[in-house]
Amino acid sequence: MFLIETKGLNKIYDLGESKVHALNEVNIGIAPGEFVAVMGPSGSGKSTFMNVIGCLDEPTSGNYLLEGRDIGGLSRDQLAEIRNAKIGFVFQGFNLLPRTSALENVELPMLYMNIPTREREERARAALRMLGLEGREHHHPNQLSGGQQQRVAIARALVNNAPLVLADEPTGNLDTKTSIEIMELIVKLNEEAKITVVLVTHEPDIAQYSKRIIRFKDGEVVSDEAIKKFRVQS
Amino acid sequence: MISIPNTLKISFRALRVNKMRSSLTMLGIIIGVGAVIAMLAIGTGASEQVSKQIASMGSNLIVILPGSTTSGGIRMGAGTTPTLTSHDADAIEKECPAVAEVAPVLNGVAQVVYGSQNWSTGVVGTTPEMLSVRDWPLQSGRNFTDQDIRSAAKFCLLGKTVADNLFGELDPVGQIIRIKNAPFTVIGILASKGQSPTGHDQDDTVYIPVTTAQKKIFGTSFPGMVRSIRIKARGPEYLEEAEAQIKDLLRQRHRIGPRQDDDFTIRNLTQMMQAAEQSAKVMTLLLGAIASVSLLVGGIGIMNIMLVSVTERTREIGIRLAVGAKSWDIRLQFIIEALTLSLIGGLAGIILGVSGSGLLSHFAGWKTIVSPLSILLAFGFSGLVGIFFGFYPAYKASLLNPIDALRYE
Repeated sequence: MFLIETKGLNKIYDLGESKVHALNEVNIGIAPGEFVAVMGPSGSGKSTFMNVIGCLDEPTSGNYLLEGRDIGGLSRDQLAEIRNAKIGFVFQGFNLLPRTSALENVELPMLYMNIPTREREERARAALRMLGLEGREHHHPNQLSGGQQQRVAIARALVNNAPLVLADEPTGNLDTKTSIEIMELIVKLNEEAKITVVLVTHEPDIAQYSKRIIRFKDGEVVSDEAIKKFRVQS
Repeated sequence: MISIPNTLKISFRALRVNKMRSSLTMLGIIIGVGAVIAMLAIGTGASEQVSKQIASMGSNLIVILPGSTTSGGIRMGAGTTPTLTSHDADAIEKECPAVAEVAPVLNGVAQVVYGSQNWSTGVVGTTPEMLSVRDWPLQSGRNFTDQDIRSAAKFCLLGKTVADNLFGELDPVGQIIRIKNAPFTVIGILASKGQSPTGHDQDDTVYIPVTTAQKKIFGTSFPGMVRSIRIKARGPEYLEEAEAQIKDLLRQRHRIGPRQDDDFTIRNLTQMMQAAEQSAKVMTLLLGAIASVSLLVGGIGIMNIMLVSVTERTREIGIRLAVGAKSWDIRLQFIIEALTLSLIGGLAGIILGVSGSGLLSHFAGWKTIVSPLSILLAFGFSGLVGIFFGFYPAYKASLLNPIDALRYE
């Protein structure tokens, strides 16, 4: 069974005079434990695809099944619940709450699940420790480097034990060395914790860390191929 | 769903981040609540003062004045024809069951002298019942007796003002003063009553037996004449009944035919005073209403700041929505923020209002009363203001689209 399955997914933006076909009959299946990179030029529909599978946006037509459940027609609050329990987001701009400690940022998803304070703190501390941020729990985002901020964001994505992590240009704001660190971390999560990762990027180097690349162009899937491992090493 | 304590924590942090802005927003509520409490305190103080003056007149009071003369078609107004007598007073007491006590009055102005001191004051000839009709206790000495009235004794009771002016520090009881050159023994001092509702000093008076006034001090145009009769009804609910009984009795006694006008006037002082009390209450309401406007303005200030805050924190709202906050979670967060502003402002406003009215009564000498109800009212109202004016910004925040909110710069 697929973790993510789309059937004839369409997303049409009505701009009054013209209609933009952001997604056009997209049929994709992603199995649990996969590491998929989504690539394409800007305006190709890759971001729209991410928003739909992240339950942040709804398709105009077609079906999206997450763990076999059709999310079509669910209410705002039901989608919020799914995002909370099933999906961890990692963004290009980190999207941490300003003036809020790393610990509290990681606790955020659990706050909306109403997990008791003590358990919340323990789990957030464990997640930060796993990402090598021990001792930085009480630092605010502006006191952390870009790489550290992105690791806090990853900790936040993992803390609810979501089976799916969606990473939208996670290295876009980072230098090369830090980018490599972050990507190796994501590979480790995928291989060791068996977390399914869908990564959106336009950098071929970053896409090479994945095991499968899906290319979008003008809202359509133009290629979908597995990567042979030896190319990563070169 | 997020718990209330966690929401409180988030709200407090957000308010702390913008300390200056939060305190200025609160200032609107502080001034509003403070104004409401102070205005109500001034109003309540004023109407309390009116009530006190009304009580000092004596409760359930009816006054009967003689009728008017008509000479050559010109009517002269109440009290111009002496038609009332002490016998009328006795009859009312005996025959009107709704009446509790009756005191006839024959008064005038006279010079009173003690040693080298003299003082012009109102001299009132009356009976022992006067003190209970007017709810007026003695400070020292004794009241007249019925025997004093029958024998037209030369005894007098002094009001506080007269006693102070004639005797100063000395004890007047047992001393002899002269009223229109007739010697009177002071047998008692009336307790201080203060001003009447019309601003007249009620303590500037001397009471003597009505018979003595009639025979020795003022004289009368016919035997037993009095200038007015003061009556105390059995209770507030008997006032109308008493008036009707007195009217019937006096018409009968004065032999007034069915088509003739009364030769006397009955006045119900309590009703008059109730009107004064009513107007004081209306003033309180008016003051409170004006002050409420400033509370309303404070509320609009909260709404304004909350709308700015929602716009500023669009990205934060986007992050919260992305990690699983529901509409209600976001709404609650902003409502609690507005509520916190208005309730803290309300508390500070109560302190300002209470101390402000204290300062007013201390420096301006206005009587102010801060009632617990007005505090409760102002605090509850500020809470409502917070919820009411916080709701729209919170609602707006909860409707944000997570994708747009995350992209917001």
